Amino acid sequence: MGYHMSLSIRLTINGQPRDVALDDPRVTLLDLLRERLHLTGTKKGCDRGQCGACTVLVDGRRINSCLALAASMDGAQITTIEGLADGETLHPVQATFIAHDGFQCGYCTPGQIMSAVGLINEGRAGDDPERIRELMSGNICRCGAYQGITEAVLEAQKILSDDEKRDAA
Amino acid sequence: MQHETASPTARHHRHGSNAGQPLTRRDGLLKVTGRATYAADNHPDGTLYAVVATSSIARGRVRSLNVEAAKAHPGVVEVLTPANRPPLAHDPDEKMPPFGFRVEVLQDDTVRYVNQPIAMVIAQSLEAATEGAALLDPRYETEPARTGPSNGTRFDPQAIGVGAPARTAHGDIEAGLAVAARVTEAEYVTPSQYHNAMEPHAIVAQWDGDRVTIDMPNQALALSCASYAAYFGIPAENVVIRSPFLGGGFGSKAILNGPQILAILAARMLGHPVKLALTRAQMYGPVGHRGRTWQKLRLGTDAQGRLTALHHHALGATSSFDEFIEPAANASLPLYASPAILAEHEGLRLDIGTPGPMRAPGEASGSAALEVAMDEAAEACGMDPLDFRLANYAETEPVTGKPFSSKALRECYVEGAKRFGWSERPLAPRTMRDENGFLVGWGMGTAVFPCPHFPAEARATLRADDTALVETGGVDMGQGAWTALAQIAAEALGLDPDQVELRSGESTLPDGGIAGGSAHTASAGMALHNAGGNAIAQLAELATADPESPLFGAGNIGVVAQAGRLHRRDDEQRGETYAAILARAGRTEVVGTAKSTRDPAVASTHAMYSHGAVFAEVKIDPDLGQIRTTRLVGAFAAGRIINPRLVRSQYFGGMIWGISFALHEEAITDRRTGRFLNADLAEYHVPVNADVPALDALLIPEDDPHVNAIGVKGVGEIGITGTVGAIANAVWHATGTRVRRFPIRMEDLLAGSSAE
Ligand code: FES
Ligand code: FES
Repeated sequence: MGYHMSLSIRLTINGQPRDVALDDPRVTLLDLLRERLHLTGTKKGCDRGQCGACTVLVDGRRINSCLALAASMDGAQITTIEGLADGETLHPVQATFIAHDGFQCGYCTPGQIMSAVGLINEGRAGDDPERIRELMSGNICRCGAYQGITEAVLEAQKILSDDEKRDAA
Repeated sequence: MQHETASPTARHHRHGSNAGQPLTRRDGLLKVTGRATYAADNHPDGTLYAVVATSSIARGRVRSLNVEAAKAHPGVVEVLTPANRPPLAHDPDEKMPPFGFRVEVLQDDTVRYVNQPIAMVIAQSLEAATEGAALLDPRYETEPARTGPSNGTRFDPQAIGVGAPARTAHGDIEAGLAVAARVTEAEYVTPSQYHNAMEPHAIVAQWDGDRVTIDMPNQALALSCASYAAYFGIPAENVVIRSPFLGGGFGSKAILNGPQILAILAARMLGHPVKLALTRAQMYGPVGHRGRTWQKLRLGTDAQGRLTALHHHALGATSSFDEFIEPAANASLPLYASPAILAEHEGLRLDIGTPGPMRAPGEASGSAALEVAMDEAAEACGMDPLDFRLANYAETEPVTGKPFSSKALRECYVEGAKRFGWSERPLAPRTMRDENGFLVGWGMGTAVFPCPHFPAEARATLRADDTALVETGGVDMGQGAWTALAQIAAEALGLDPDQVELRSGESTLPDGGIAGGSAHTASAGMALHNAGGNAIAQLAELATADPESPLFGAGNIGVVAQAGRLHRRDDEQRGETYAAILARAGRTEVVGTAKSTRDPAVASTHAMYSHGAVFAEVKIDPDLGQIRTTRLVGAFAAGRIINPRLVRSQYFGGMIWGISFALHEEAITDRRTGRFLNADLAEYHVPVNADVPALDALLIPEDDPHVNAIGVKGVGEIGITGTVGAIANAVWHATGTRVRRFPIRMEDLLAGSSAE
């Protein structure tokens, strides 16, 4: 099914180095993950950068993977929802999403969680719900789980910063 | 958790249980780790990708498609067009009973709406199929699109919604208006809205001989199996639908659509599994929407502010070839007492995809208009809007005179008003400002939603090791069925939810009914409750007939199932474990089966609704007209609450849909072409996190002895009703401008004018 092209890229996905032979320049990072590597936790809601369902971390920063061409990802470190938990131990954002009922259908959830992790990494979340609402607004939740999402991010942020303080002490 | 059974026929009493506990979602772990499997996450070996090509005109015919160019593209396997589309066993231009719509599956070259399927490209990769579809380069013969009341055709519908009568009358409207001290009259316009579930409609279909397995998000498993079977000329049991997780449904995944039928057809034709996911833009057409309405209300009131007449007329848009008329005027039937009530509907044919049920179909649009009209009438009477509603409180169902099975609406008004601080509200508009000089307004609305019941079945297998397997083909589209249904089953079985495994989300299981109409927890829950009761009754029969059992002869007194043990109703000490009963009987399990339907006797004697009251605060920039909802308090009474955590989330979701209806959502049609100007998530506005303030939902206790044996009503849709009106009324209270067209936009306020 080749499209007259073959390009080999090397990525690190969830800590695992992967060599990917791409036979098509049109493949987005999102479709690479979902359709070729079968990492289907990352979701497609719009394919246009308008909903955030496809959010992953690339080199620690949150991006819409539907807007990134896979071919441009050579050398990137990619973290998806599948790589967030440490074995059986959930990342604090995952745990607080469950505790605060930060989802209903769950379809936007991988993107919300990756976006929240990215936001907390950015150090901009703070403890102001208003700021969190604003900075999480690239991720649409049609079910309307926003209240739980905001509470979950606030609490996860607190857990992580307490951890940091403990580590520093 | 207790469960009482008078053997041999089970009778149920509730004694408090772990149903009622705010458990977190049982599917939560799967959802936060990306392991919950939605339809498009499936990849059977040999999967081919389908992309549907959709029309870019609203009316006319397809003159040509460049099939050769598409086929020549590397990776393209086949192109389906009307010229080569294999036959179907059911005529797609005929409705599929009971709820099915006419569908567009390449039966001919006519185009009846924008985004109608006109071809399907199947390829080895998504990229190749996408490009193949683009290469088709359709050419059209275009006819002028009928886009609104000025050029559409009005008609009197046979029925509205899903088979409801188009006209319901009680008393004499004109007489009621004639005796009124005041008549408030206005027209309200609601837009077309698209469900826009975050998960686009997707399907993976694979055939094995004349059997097909379908992974798809589906709100009505058994019904869909029967419909697909009819289209493909195979027995219904040859169709297996798997739908463990839906990425949102809201009504749009309850009804079959053309693209998904075509994908199944392509899979059979090509002998490969086929995967299709609609693009976001393609969800504006073939998968239903909330139709536009133009509603006229006339409210007559006497000198005391009591209604003398309530007349609600709704014109609803539908397609040129099928009918789903938003039953908006029926929102005026169940809520306010009036000696005369008339709800009537008219249809308007436009060149659009057929509308369909969308979260609170009828109630959402109708309540939006009714609650603003009530506010206008209260204003005309010089009354506080809450006092006005209390003056018109219905003690019995207004049109039928039936008593309500339960109705804690008064408590909702009181508790909601208290939490909100409603008593501080000045009567006159444009009198409140915040510290930044923004205009502040407070408004309210009443929420109401009926409690239907769909037939459902379930099976409960109680095992000797104190675990149970319960099965029903239910559907969790986010409302929490995986959790709430397990809680109901656990209660019925006298076990802890951790001891109960729930199998659901597949059509091979007992029919769990439809996930819609806010009826799923009640319908599938009652089936599980009855199946559990049946298993316990069998167990009780074994024990009470066995001379070696401490329960021997207790049949008349009755036994109670609790914590994996049956004991005599009159003596908790005398009993034994399920395991002991089964062991002595030489059994490893008992299997209970049951159905649930609504008791027709109760339905004929009682009116059943959930109720609520919603209070809203908005702040509006006086210079820019920008509107923000800053506070929203909803108080809802919906019978027994199985899981308050999940129910609160349902109310929040509904209230956010209310914000959306009031201030954000509208599909805008280009009147020249009939095309959408905003068929995407950037310009079709739905609320994002920053649009939603801190929400408050109060769960008002309500014990309903009639609605069903578990006392459960519905919570999924009621949150929209009431909220839209509350926000619109708050906008009026802030500005003094009455906007009668949704969504309310800043330009409506800047113009300072009333609605168009
Ligand atoms: S799928 Fe990427 S932003 Fe919507
Ligand atoms: S949980 Fe359904 S879209 Fe967010």
